[in-house]
Amino acid sequence: MSTTVLRAENVRKTFDGRDAVKDLSFELGSAERVALLGHNGAGKTTFFKMSLGFLPICEGQIEVLGAAPGSDEARASTAFLPESVAFQRTLSGVEVLKYYAKLKGEDPTKAVSLLEKVGLAEAGRRRVGTYSKGMRQRLGLAQALIGTPKLVLLDEPTSGLDPISRQNFYDLVSEISANGATVLLSSHALTEMEARTDRILIMSQGRLVANDTLEHLRAAARLPIRLKVKAKDEPAERLADRLGGTPVNCRSVEIMCAREEKIARIAAVTSLGPMIEDIDVHLPTLDDVYKHFSEKAHDEDRAGEA
Amino acid sequence: MFQRILTVAHQEIRIGLRNRWILLSVVILSAFSLALALLGSAPAGTLDVSRMTITVASLSSLSVYLVPLIALLLAFDAVAGEIERGTLLLIFSSPMTRGEFLLGKAIGHLCVLLLALTLGYGSTAVLLAATGGGDTGGFIDFARLIGTSTLLGLAFLSLGYIVSSLVRQVTTAAAMAIGIWLVLIVLYDLALLGALVADSEGFFASSVFPFALLANPADAFRLFNLAALDANAMVGGMAGVAESLPFPPVVALFSIFAFAGLALSCAVVLLKRVSP
Repeated sequence: MSTTVLRAENVRKTFDGRDAVKDLSFELGSAERVALLGHNGAGKTTFFKMSLGFLPICEGQIEVLGAAPGSDEARASTAFLPESVAFQRTLSGVEVLKYYAKLKGEDPTKAVSLLEKVGLAEAGRRRVGTYSKGMRQRLGLAQALIGTPKLVLLDEPTSGLDPISRQNFYDLVSEISANGATVLLSSHALTEMEARTDRILIMSQGRLVANDTLEHLRAAARLPIRLKVKAKDEPAERLADRLGGTPVNCRSVEIMCAREEKIARIAAVTSLGPMIEDIDVHLPTLDDVYKHFSEKAHDEDRAGEA
Repeated sequence: MFQRILTVAHQEIRIGLRNRWILLSVVILSAFSLALALLGSAPAGTLDVSRMTITVASLSSLSVYLVPLIALLLAFDAVAGEIERGTLLLIFSSPMTRGEFLLGKAIGHLCVLLLALTLGYGSTAVLLAATGGGDTGGFIDFARLIGTSTLLGLAFLSLGYIVSSLVRQVTTAAAMAIGIWLVLIVLYDLALLGALVADSEGFFASSVFPFALLANPADAFRLFNLAALDANAMVGGMAGVAESLPFPPVVALFSIFAFAGLALSCAVVLLKRVSP
Protein backbone atom coordinates (compact mmCIF):
# COMPACT_ATOMS: atom_id res chain seq x y z
CA MET A 1 0.00 0.00 0.00
CA SER A 2 1.41 3.34 -0.97
CA THR A 3 -0.24 6.38 0.52
CA THR A 4 0.94 9.91 0.07
CA VAL A 5 2.76 11.00 3.19
CA LEU A 6 3.90 14.41 2.03
CA ARG A 7 2.50 16.32 -0.91
CA ALA A 8 3.72 19.67 -2.16
CA GLU A 9 1.71 21.41 -4.87
CA ASN A 10 2.98 24.50 -6.71
CA VAL A 11 4.47 25.80 -3.49
CA ARG A 12 5.85 29.31 -3.59
CA LYS A 13 7.52 31.28 -0.82
CA THR A 14 8.73 34.83 -1.12
CA PHE A 15 11.00 36.70 1.28
CA ASP A 16 11.07 40.46 0.68
CA GLY A 17 9.96 40.05 -2.92
CA ARG A 18 12.61 37.41 -3.65
CA ASP A 19 11.47 33.89 -4.43
CA ALA A 20 12.97 31.43 -1.96
CA VAL A 21 10.87 28.54 -3.25
CA LYS A 22 8.76 28.51 -6.41
CA ASP A 23 6.64 26.00 -8.34
CA LEU A 24 7.67 23.21 -6.03
CA SER A 25 5.59 20.08 -6.55
CA PHE A 26 6.30 16.52 -5.50
CA GLU A 27 4.89 13.65 -3.51
CA LEU A 28 6.44 11.24 -1.05
CA GLY A 29 4.97 7.77 -0.59
CA SER A 30 5.09 5.73 2.58
CA ALA A 31 8.40 4.15 3.64
CA GLU A 32 10.34 6.00 0.96
CA ARG A 33 13.88 7.25 1.56
CA VAL A 34 14.24 10.50 -0.31
CA ALA A 35 17.14 12.91 -0.46
CA LEU A 36 16.56 16.60 -1.04
CA LEU A 37 19.69 18.12 -2.55
CA GLY A 38 20.63 21.68 -3.13
CA HIS A 39 23.40 24.17 -2.49
CA ASN A 40 23.21 26.57 0.44
CA GLY A 41 20.22 28.85 0.02
CA ALA A 42 18.47 26.61 -2.51
CA GLY A 43 15.34 26.61 -0.36
CA LYS A 44 15.67 23.28 1.47
CA THR A 45 15.37 24.61 5.01
CA THR A 46 12.59 26.96 3.92
CA PHE A 47 10.70 23.98 2.57
CA PHE A 48 11.17 22.04 5.83
CA LYS A 49 9.94 24.98 7.86
CA MET A 50 6.87 25.29 5.67
CA SER A 51 6.13 21.56 6.01
CA LEU A 52 6.24 21.95 9.78
CA GLY A 53 3.93 24.94 9.75
CA PHE A 54 6.61 27.38 10.99
CA LEU A 55 6.47 29.55 7.87
CA PRO A 56 3.31 30.53 6.03
CA ILE A 57 3.10 29.37 2.42
CA CYS A 58 2.60 32.18 -0.10
CA GLU A 59 1.03 30.13 -2.89
CA GLY A 60 0.12 26.50 -3.44
CA GLN A 61 -0.16 24.02 -0.62
CA ILE A 62 1.60 21.37 1.40
CA GLU A 63 -0.16 18.38 2.92
CA VAL A 64 1.34 16.19 5.61
CA LEU A 65 -0.60 12.92 5.83
CA GLY A 66 -3.60 14.72 4.37
CA ALA A 67 -3.50 17.42 7.06
CA ALA A 68 -2.29 21.00 7.03
CA PRO A 69 1.33 21.56 8.10
CA GLY A 70 1.58 22.42 11.79
CA SER A 71 -1.85 20.95 12.60
CA ASP A 72 -2.06 18.58 15.56
CA GLU A 73 -2.47 15.52 13.29
CA ALA A 74 0.53 16.51 11.21
CA ARG A 75 2.72 17.23 14.22
CA ALA A 76 1.75 14.04 16.02
CA SER A 77 3.25 11.91 13.25
CA THR A 78 6.16 14.06 12.13
CA ALA A 79 9.67 14.08 13.54
CA PHE A 80 12.22 16.72 12.71
CA LEU A 81 15.93 17.30 13.11
CA PRO A 82 16.99 20.89 12.41
CA GLU A 83 20.21 21.77 10.64
CA SER A 84 22.02 22.93 13.73
CA VAL A 85 20.71 22.16 17.16
CA ALA A 86 22.51 22.82 20.42
CA PHE A 87 20.84 21.25 23.41
CA GLN A 88 21.15 22.81 26.86
CA ARG A 89 24.75 22.27 27.82
CA THR A 90 23.96 21.62 31.45
CA LEU A 91 21.61 18.71 30.74
CA SER A 92 22.68 15.13 30.11
CA GLY A 93 21.82 13.21 26.94
CA VAL A 94 19.34 11.09 28.87
CA GLU A 95 17.61 14.15 30.30
CA VAL A 96 17.32 15.72 26.85
CA LEU A 97 15.80 12.59 25.31
CA LYS A 98 13.34 12.05 28.16
CA TYR A 99 12.24 15.66 27.83
CA TYR A 100 11.39 15.39 24.13
CA ALA A 101 9.76 11.99 24.62
CA LYS A 102 7.42 13.49 27.20
CA LEU A 103 6.64 16.47 24.97
CA LYS A 104 5.69 14.04 22.21
CA GLY A 105 3.65 11.97 24.65
CA GLU A 106 5.89 8.92 24.29
CA ASP A 107 7.41 6.59 26.86
CA PRO A 108 10.60 8.27 28.18
CA THR A 109 12.25 4.98 29.21
CA LYS A 110 11.86 3.61 25.71
CA ALA A 111 13.33 6.78 24.28
CA VAL A 112 16.49 6.37 26.34
CA SER A 113 17.18 3.04 24.63
CA LEU A 114 17.56 5.02 21.39
CA LEU A 115 20.86 6.34 22.73
CA GLU A 116 22.29 2.89 22.25
CA LYS A 117 21.09 2.89 18.66
CA VAL A 118 23.00 6.06 17.84
CA GLY A 119 26.07 4.95 19.78
CA LEU A 120 25.69 7.24 22.77
CA ALA A 121 24.90 4.61 25.41
CA GLU A 122 28.11 5.40 27.29
CA ALA A 123 27.83 9.17 27.02
CA GLY A 124 24.15 9.35 27.93
CA ARG A 125 24.80 10.31 31.55
CA ARG A 126 27.31 13.00 30.68
CA ARG A 127 26.34 16.61 30.12
CA VAL A 128 25.73 17.72 26.55
CA GLY A 129 28.34 20.46 27.03
CA THR A 130 31.03 17.78 26.96
CA TYR A 131 29.84 16.25 23.63
CA SER A 132 31.63 16.57 20.30
CA LYS A 133 29.79 17.95 17.30
CA GLY A 134 29.13 14.47 15.92
CA MET A 135 27.77 13.30 19.27
CA ARG A 136 25.40 16.25 19.46
CA GLN A 137 24.23 15.48 15.95
CA ARG A 138 23.58 11.87 16.91
CA LEU A 139 21.69 12.97 19.99
CA GLY A 140 19.52 15.10 17.71
CA LEU A 141 18.94 12.09 15.51
CA ALA A 142 17.92 9.96 18.50
CA GLN A 143 15.45 12.71 19.34
CA ALA A 144 13.95 12.46 15.84
CA LEU A 145 13.47 8.71 16.25
CA ILE A 146 11.37 8.94 19.41
CA GLY A 147 8.02 7.19 19.05
CA THR A 148 6.83 5.95 15.68
CA PRO A 149 6.79 8.94 13.35
CA LYS A 150 5.34 8.41 9.89
CA LEU A 151 7.36 11.23 8.39
CA VAL A 152 10.93 11.98 9.44
CA LEU A 153 12.39 15.26 8.20
CA LEU A 154 16.15 15.57 8.60
CA ASP A 155 17.80 18.85 7.66
CA GLU A 156 21.46 18.17 6.74
CA PRO A 157 21.74 15.32 9.23
CA THR A 158 25.16 14.12 8.12
CA SER A 159 27.04 17.41 8.29
CA GLY A 160 29.73 17.09 10.92
CA LEU A 161 29.67 13.29 10.95
CA ASP A 162 32.78 11.27 10.24
CA PRO A 163 32.59 8.57 7.50
CA ILE A 164 31.91 5.72 9.95
CA SER A 165 29.16 7.59 11.75
CA ARG A 166 27.73 8.49 8.36
CA GLN A 167 27.56 4.82 7.43
CA ASN A 168 25.81 4.05 10.71
CA PHE A 169 23.50 6.93 10.09
CA TYR A 170 22.35 5.58 6.73
CA ASP A 171 21.88 2.15 8.29
CA LEU A 172 19.55 3.82 10.76
CA VAL A 173 17.68 5.61 7.99
CA SER A 174 17.13 2.29 6.24
CA GLU A 175 15.92 0.79 9.49
CA ILE A 176 13.43 3.62 10.03
CA SER A 177 12.01 3.26 6.54
CA ALA A 178 11.87 -0.51 6.95
CA ASN A 179 9.59 0.18 9.90
CA GLY A 180 7.28 2.07 7.59
CA ALA A 181 8.36 5.69 8.03
CA THR A 182 9.09 8.03 5.15
CA VAL A 183 12.42 9.78 5.45
CA LEU A 184 13.17 13.06 3.71
CA LEU A 185 16.71 14.22 4.32
CA SER A 186 18.51 17.18 2.88
CA SER A 187 22.14 17.51 1.98
CA HIS A 188 24.35 19.63 -0.20
CA ALA A 189 26.48 16.78 -1.49
CA LEU A 190 25.34 13.97 -3.69
CA THR A 191 28.40 11.83 -3.14
CA GLU A 192 27.39 10.81 0.34
CA MET A 193 24.01 9.50 -0.80
CA GLU A 194 25.47 6.56 -2.76
CA ALA A 195 22.52 4.27 -3.27
CA ARG A 196 21.28 4.76 0.26
CA THR A 197 18.16 6.58 -0.88
CA ASP A 198 15.30 5.51 -3.12
CA ARG A 199 14.82 8.82 -4.83
CA ILE A 200 16.61 12.10 -5.22
CA LEU A 201 15.11 15.57 -5.47
CA ILE A 202 17.42 18.36 -6.57
CA MET A 203 16.55 21.95 -5.79
CA SER A 204 18.25 24.93 -7.33
CA GLN A 205 17.30 28.59 -6.92
CA GLY A 206 14.16 27.52 -5.08
CA ARG A 207 12.95 25.26 -7.88
CA LEU A 208 12.84 21.52 -8.22
CA VAL A 209 15.10 20.60 -11.13
CA ALA A 210 15.21 16.83 -10.77
CA ASN A 211 13.08 14.15 -9.16
CA ASP A 212 14.15 10.59 -9.91
CA THR A 213 16.25 7.64 -8.86
CA LEU A 214 20.00 8.03 -8.91
CA GLU A 215 20.32 5.62 -11.87
CA HIS A 216 17.81 7.52 -13.96
CA LEU A 217 19.40 10.83 -13.11
CA ARG A 218 22.76 9.53 -14.18
CA ALA A 219 21.30 8.34 -17.50
CA ALA A 220 19.28 11.50 -18.05
CA ALA A 221 22.27 13.74 -17.47
CA ARG A 222 24.04 11.99 -20.41
CA LEU A 223 27.42 13.03 -19.08
CA PRO A 224 30.38 11.81 -21.11
CA ILE A 225 32.69 9.12 -19.84
CA ARG A 226 36.32 10.13 -19.69
CA LEU A 227 39.04 7.72 -20.83
CA LYS A 228 42.58 8.57 -19.93
CA VAL A 229 45.11 6.72 -22.01
CA LYS A 230 48.76 6.76 -21.06
CA ALA A 231 51.27 6.26 -23.87
CA LYS A 232 54.34 4.05 -23.43
CA ASP A 233 57.10 5.78 -25.37
CA GLU A 234 55.10 7.60 -28.01
CA PRO A 235 54.51 11.31 -27.79
CA ALA A 236 50.94 11.99 -26.75
CA GLU A 237 50.24 13.94 -29.92
CA ARG A 238 50.66 10.88 -32.13
CA LEU A 239 48.36 8.86 -29.92
CA ALA A 240 45.82 11.65 -30.02
CA ASP A 241 45.94 11.64 -33.83
CA ARG A 242 45.08 7.98 -33.97
CA LEU A 243 42.45 7.88 -31.22
CA GLY A 244 40.96 11.35 -31.33
CA GLY A 245 40.82 13.29 -28.09
CA THR A 246 43.16 15.82 -26.56
CA PRO A 247 46.73 15.31 -25.39
CA VAL A 248 47.50 16.20 -21.78
CA ASN A 249 50.92 16.62 -20.17
CA CYS A 250 52.87 15.01 -23.10
CA ARG A 251 52.28 11.39 -22.03
CA SER A 252 48.51 11.00 -21.87
CA VAL A 253 45.45 11.50 -24.02
CA GLU A 254 41.98 12.26 -22.76
CA ILE A 255 38.98 11.00 -24.66
CA MET A 256 35.40 11.99 -23.85
CA CYS A 257 32.74 9.62 -25.10
CA ALA A 258 29.08 8.82 -24.61
CA ARG A 259 28.02 5.78 -22.64
CA GLU A 260 27.12 3.78 -25.75
CA GLU A 261 30.51 4.37 -27.38
CA LYS A 262 32.49 3.27 -24.39
CA ILE A 263 33.21 -0.32 -25.44
CA ALA A 264 34.09 0.62 -29.01
CA ARG A 265 36.50 3.29 -27.84
CA ILE A 266 38.20 0.98 -25.37
CA ALA A 267 38.52 -1.63 -28.11
CA ALA A 268 40.19 0.98 -30.31
CA VAL A 269 42.64 1.79 -27.55
CA THR A 270 43.53 -1.83 -26.79
CA SER A 271 44.07 -2.51 -30.50
CA LEU A 272 47.09 -0.21 -30.32
CA GLY A 273 48.66 -2.85 -28.10
CA PRO A 274 52.28 -2.08 -27.20
CA MET A 275 51.92 1.69 -27.65
CA ILE A 276 49.73 1.85 -24.55
CA GLU A 277 50.98 1.67 -21.00
CA ASP A 278 47.74 2.19 -19.06
CA ILE A 279 44.11 3.16 -19.39
CA ASP A 280 41.77 4.73 -16.82
CA VAL A 281 38.01 4.88 -17.18
CA HIS A 282 36.31 7.71 -15.31
CA LEU A 283 32.54 7.44 -14.99
CA PRO A 284 30.84 10.73 -14.23
CA THR A 285 30.80 11.12 -10.46
CA LEU A 286 27.68 11.93 -8.51
CA ASP A 287 29.03 15.42 -8.01
CA ASP A 288 29.20 15.81 -11.80
CA VAL A 289 25.58 14.66 -12.09
CA TYR A 290 24.52 17.05 -9.36
CA LYS A 291 26.45 19.92 -10.93
CA HIS A 292 24.85 19.17 -14.27
CA PHE A 293 21.33 19.49 -12.91
CA SER A 294 21.84 22.51 -10.73
CA GLU A 295 23.70 24.36 -13.46
CA LYS A 296 21.03 23.50 -15.97
CA ALA A 297 18.51 25.33 -13.80
CA HIS A 298 20.88 28.22 -13.44
CA ASP A 299 21.28 28.57 -17.21
CA GLU A 300 17.53 28.33 -17.78
CA ASP A 301 16.98 31.03 -15.20
CA ARG A 302 19.46 33.29 -16.90
CA ALA A 303 17.89 32.64 -20.30
CA GLY A 304 14.52 33.47 -18.78
CA GLU A 305 15.75 36.74 -17.35
CA ALA A 306 17.41 37.82 -20.61
CA MET B 1 -1.64 19.19 28.05
CA PHE B 2 -0.78 19.26 31.78
CA GLN B 3 1.78 16.58 31.16
CA ARG B 4 3.55 18.82 28.65
CA ILE B 5 3.33 21.93 30.84
CA LEU B 6 4.77 20.00 33.78
CA THR B 7 7.50 18.53 31.58
CA VAL B 8 8.66 21.99 30.54
CA ALA B 9 8.37 23.26 34.12
CA HIS B 10 10.39 20.34 35.46
CA GLN B 11 13.11 20.84 32.86
CA GLU B 12 13.29 24.56 33.66
CA ILE B 13 13.73 23.81 37.36
CA ARG B 14 16.56 21.45 36.48
CA ILE B 15 18.22 24.00 34.22
CA GLY B 16 17.63 26.82 36.71
CA LEU B 17 19.26 24.87 39.52
CA ARG B 18 22.34 24.33 37.35
CA ASN B 19 22.49 27.96 36.26
CA ARG B 20 25.46 29.68 37.93
CA TRP B 21 23.93 33.15 37.60
CA ILE B 22 20.94 32.01 39.58
CA LEU B 23 23.17 30.36 42.17
CA LEU B 24 25.14 33.57 42.48
CA SER B 25 22.03 35.67 42.96
CA VAL B 26 20.74 33.29 45.63
CA VAL B 27 24.05 33.58 47.47
CA ILE B 28 23.85 37.37 47.25
CA LEU B 29 20.22 37.30 48.41
CA SER B 30 21.07 35.17 51.44
CA ALA B 31 24.16 37.21 52.27
CA PHE B 32 22.30 40.53 52.16
CA SER B 33 19.38 39.06 54.01
CA LEU B 34 21.53 37.76 56.86
CA ALA B 35 23.54 40.97 56.99
CA LEU B 36 20.38 43.07 57.23
CA ALA B 37 18.99 40.82 59.94
CA LEU B 38 22.13 40.92 62.05
CA LEU B 39 23.07 44.56 61.59
CA GLY B 40 19.80 46.25 60.71
CA SER B 41 17.67 44.94 63.54
CA ALA B 42 19.77 46.54 66.26
CA PRO B 43 17.41 49.52 66.79
CA ALA B 44 14.50 47.17 67.38
CA GLY B 45 15.51 46.94 71.00
CA THR B 46 14.52 50.53 71.67
CA LEU B 47 11.22 50.28 69.80
CA ASP B 48 8.30 48.12 70.68
CA VAL B 49 8.52 46.08 67.45
CA SER B 50 9.71 42.50 66.97
CA ARG B 51 13.09 41.96 65.40
CA MET B 52 11.57 39.76 62.73
CA THR B 53 9.09 42.41 61.62
CA ILE B 54 11.69 45.11 61.31
CA THR B 55 13.96 42.73 59.39
CA VAL B 56 11.14 41.96 56.97
CA ALA B 57 10.76 45.70 56.42
CA SER B 58 14.41 45.91 55.34
CA LEU B 59 14.15 42.72 53.32
CA SER B 60 11.22 43.97 51.28
CA SER B 61 13.46 46.77 50.07
CA LEU B 62 16.06 44.15 49.20
CA SER B 63 13.41 42.17 47.30
CA VAL B 64 12.55 45.18 45.18
CA TYR B 65 16.09 45.18 43.82
CA LEU B 66 17.03 41.53 43.69
CA VAL B 67 13.83 39.64 42.84
CA PRO B 68 13.22 41.44 39.52
CA LEU B 69 16.88 40.90 38.67
CA ILE B 70 16.73 37.16 39.35
CA ALA B 71 13.43 36.89 37.45
CA LEU B 72 14.80 38.70 34.41
CA LEU B 73 17.96 36.55 34.52
CA LEU B 74 15.77 33.45 34.44
CA ALA B 75 13.45 34.71 31.74
CA PHE B 76 15.45 36.52 29.08
CA ASP B 77 16.72 33.26 27.55
CA ALA B 78 13.28 31.58 27.46
CA VAL B 79 12.46 32.13 23.79
CA ALA B 80 15.45 33.85 22.16
CA GLY B 81 17.81 31.28 23.67
CA GLU B 82 15.79 28.37 22.34
CA ILE B 83 15.65 30.03 18.92
CA GLU B 84 19.39 30.54 18.90
CA ARG B 85 20.08 26.95 19.92
CA GLY B 86 17.55 25.62 17.40
CA THR B 87 15.64 23.76 20.10
CA LEU B 88 12.48 25.82 19.63
CA LEU B 89 12.09 24.16 16.22
CA LEU B 90 12.11 20.80 17.96
CA ILE B 91 9.74 21.83 20.71
CA PHE B 92 7.14 23.27 18.36
CA SER B 93 7.40 20.38 15.94
CA SER B 94 6.01 18.28 18.80
CA PRO B 95 2.31 18.62 19.64
CA MET B 96 2.87 21.52 22.05
CA THR B 97 1.15 24.88 21.88
CA ARG B 98 2.88 28.21 22.45
CA GLY B 99 0.73 28.92 25.50
CA GLU B 100 1.60 25.57 27.11
CA PHE B 101 5.27 26.22 26.48
CA LEU B 102 5.31 29.64 28.12
CA LEU B 103 3.13 28.51 31.01
CA GLY B 104 5.51 25.61 31.64
CA LYS B 105 8.48 27.98 31.60
CA ALA B 106 6.71 30.37 33.99
CA ILE B 107 5.83 27.60 36.45
CA GLY B 108 9.36 26.21 36.35
CA HIS B 109 10.96 29.61 36.82
CA LEU B 110 8.55 30.49 39.64
CA CYS B 111 9.54 27.30 41.43
CA VAL B 112 13.23 28.19 41.13
CA LEU B 113 12.49 31.67 42.41
CA LEU B 114 10.37 30.40 45.27
CA LEU B 115 13.13 28.01 46.25
CA ALA B 116 15.71 30.79 46.15
CA LEU B 117 13.55 33.06 48.30
CA THR B 118 12.68 30.32 50.77
CA LEU B 119 16.34 29.42 51.17
CA GLY B 120 17.53 33.02 51.34
CA TYR B 121 14.87 34.55 53.57
CA GLY B 122 14.01 31.32 55.36
CA SER B 123 17.57 31.00 56.63
CA THR B 124 17.31 34.52 58.04
CA ALA B 125 13.98 33.77 59.74
CA VAL B 126 15.38 30.61 61.28
CA LEU B 127 18.46 32.48 62.48
CA LEU B 128 16.37 35.20 64.08
CA ALA B 129 14.10 32.64 65.71
CA ALA B 130 17.11 30.71 67.00
CA THR B 131 18.60 33.84 68.60
CA GLY B 132 15.37 34.57 70.43
CA GLY B 133 13.85 37.16 68.13
CA GLY B 134 11.08 34.99 66.78
CA ASP B 135 7.34 35.24 67.19
CA THR B 136 4.29 34.04 65.26
CA GLY B 137 3.60 37.45 63.78
CA GLY B 138 7.17 37.60 62.54
CA PHE B 139 6.86 34.28 60.76
CA ILE B 140 3.67 35.47 59.09
CA ASP B 141 5.53 38.57 57.97
CA PHE B 142 8.25 36.39 56.45
CA ALA B 143 5.71 34.17 54.69
CA ARG B 144 4.00 37.26 53.26
CA LEU B 145 7.34 38.61 52.11
CA ILE B 146 8.20 35.37 50.31
CA GLY B 147 4.73 35.09 48.77
CA THR B 148 4.58 38.64 47.48
CA SER B 149 8.19 38.46 46.28
CA THR B 150 7.23 35.44 44.18
CA LEU B 151 4.34 37.40 42.72
CA LEU B 152 6.67 40.29 41.97
CA GLY B 153 8.96 37.74 40.35
CA LEU B 154 6.13 36.53 38.11
CA ALA B 155 5.55 40.08 36.88
CA PHE B 156 9.20 40.43 35.91
CA LEU B 157 9.42 36.91 34.50
CA SER B 158 6.58 37.86 32.16
CA LEU B 159 8.38 41.05 31.15
CA GLY B 160 11.43 38.91 30.44
CA TYR B 161 9.36 36.58 28.23
CA ILE B 162 8.05 39.56 26.27
CA VAL B 163 11.59 40.77 25.63
CA SER B 164 12.72 37.26 24.76
CA SER B 165 9.89 36.84 22.23
CA LEU B 166 10.57 40.20 20.62
CA VAL B 167 14.15 39.58 19.54
CA ARG B 168 15.94 36.58 18.09
CA GLN B 169 19.34 37.08 19.73
CA VAL B 170 19.98 36.10 23.32
CA THR B 171 22.47 38.91 23.82
CA THR B 172 19.94 41.52 22.70
CA ALA B 173 17.34 39.99 24.98
CA ALA B 174 19.79 40.10 27.90
CA ALA B 175 20.62 43.73 27.24
CA MET B 176 16.95 44.65 27.04
CA ALA B 177 16.23 42.77 30.27
CA ILE B 178 18.90 44.76 32.09
CA GLY B 179 17.44 47.92 30.56
CA ILE B 180 14.01 47.06 31.92
CA TRP B 181 15.46 46.48 35.37
CA LEU B 182 17.24 49.82 35.28
CA VAL B 183 14.17 51.72 34.14
CA LEU B 184 11.56 50.13 36.37
CA ILE B 185 13.63 49.69 39.52
CA VAL B 186 15.96 52.67 39.53
CA LEU B 187 14.95 55.40 37.08
CA TYR B 188 11.19 55.12 37.62
CA ASP B 189 11.51 55.93 41.33
CA LEU B 190 13.98 58.71 40.66
CA ALA B 191 11.60 60.27 38.15
CA LEU B 192 8.69 60.01 40.57
CA LEU B 193 10.78 61.52 43.33
CA GLY B 194 11.83 64.38 41.10
CA ALA B 195 8.26 65.08 40.08
CA LEU B 196 7.14 64.94 43.68
CA VAL B 197 9.77 67.43 44.77
CA ALA B 198 8.81 69.79 41.96
CA ASP B 199 5.12 69.57 42.75
CA SER B 200 4.72 68.42 46.33
CA GLU B 201 1.25 69.82 47.02
CA GLY B 202 -0.47 69.92 43.68
CA PHE B 203 -2.35 67.64 41.31
CA PHE B 204 0.56 65.27 40.70
CA ALA B 205 1.16 64.40 44.34
CA SER B 206 -2.49 63.79 45.13
CA SER B 207 -3.86 62.22 41.95
CA VAL B 208 -1.08 60.92 39.74
CA PHE B 209 1.59 59.78 42.16
CA PRO B 210 -0.36 57.01 43.97
CA PHE B 211 -1.43 55.47 40.69
CA ALA B 212 2.05 55.82 39.26
CA LEU B 213 3.16 53.65 42.18
CA LEU B 214 0.48 51.08 41.35
CA ALA B 215 1.50 50.90 37.71
CA ASN B 216 5.00 49.69 38.53
CA PRO B 217 4.91 46.24 40.14
CA ALA B 218 8.08 46.98 42.11
CA ASP B 219 6.55 50.06 43.74
CA ALA B 220 3.22 48.32 44.23
CA PHE B 221 5.11 45.53 45.99
CA ARG B 222 6.86 47.95 48.31
CA LEU B 223 3.63 49.79 49.00
CA PHE B 224 1.73 46.67 49.94
CA ASN B 225 4.43 45.16 52.10
CA LEU B 226 5.24 48.28 54.07
CA ALA B 227 1.56 48.99 54.66
CA ALA B 228 0.96 45.40 55.71
CA LEU B 229 3.83 45.48 58.16
CA ASP B 230 2.07 48.12 60.17
CA ALA B 231 5.46 49.51 60.92
CA ASN B 232 5.08 52.76 59.08
CA ALA B 233 6.13 54.91 61.95
CA MET B 234 9.67 53.66 62.06
CA VAL B 235 10.21 52.53 58.48
CA GLY B 236 9.56 56.00 57.13
CA GLY B 237 10.19 56.92 53.54
CA MET B 238 7.60 55.60 51.16
CA ALA B 239 5.60 53.96 53.89
CA GLY B 240 4.36 57.36 54.98
CA VAL B 241 2.50 57.45 51.72
CA ALA B 242 0.51 54.37 52.56
CA GLU B 243 -1.70 56.30 55.00
CA SER B 244 -2.62 59.00 52.58
CA LEU B 245 -3.43 56.66 49.70
CA PRO B 246 -6.77 57.05 47.94
CA PHE B 247 -7.18 53.24 47.94
CA PRO B 248 -6.63 50.37 50.39
CA PRO B 249 -3.12 48.82 50.18
CA VAL B 250 -4.48 45.48 49.01
CA VAL B 251 -5.23 47.14 45.68
CA ALA B 252 -1.47 47.22 45.17
CA LEU B 253 -1.41 43.45 45.41
CA PHE B 254 -4.13 43.14 42.78
CA SER B 255 -2.24 45.57 40.64
CA ILE B 256 0.84 43.29 40.58
CA PHE B 257 -1.45 40.36 39.76
CA ALA B 258 -3.04 42.25 36.90
CA PHE B 259 0.34 43.42 35.63
CA ALA B 260 1.73 39.86 35.64
CA GLY B 261 -1.37 38.44 33.95
CA LEU B 262 -1.36 41.11 31.27
CA ALA B 263 2.37 40.79 30.61
CA LEU B 264 2.16 36.99 30.41
CA SER B 265 -0.75 37.20 27.94
CA CYS B 266 1.23 39.70 25.89
CA ALA B 267 4.18 37.32 25.86
CA VAL B 268 1.99 34.44 24.62
CA VAL B 269 0.55 36.63 21.85
CA LEU B 270 4.05 37.69 20.83
CA LEU B 271 5.34 34.12 20.95
CA LYS B 272 2.53 33.02 18.63
CA ARG B 273 3.95 35.37 16.01
CA VAL B 274 7.48 34.04 16.40
CA SER B 275 8.75 31.76 13.66
CA PRO B 276 11.14 29.38 15.38
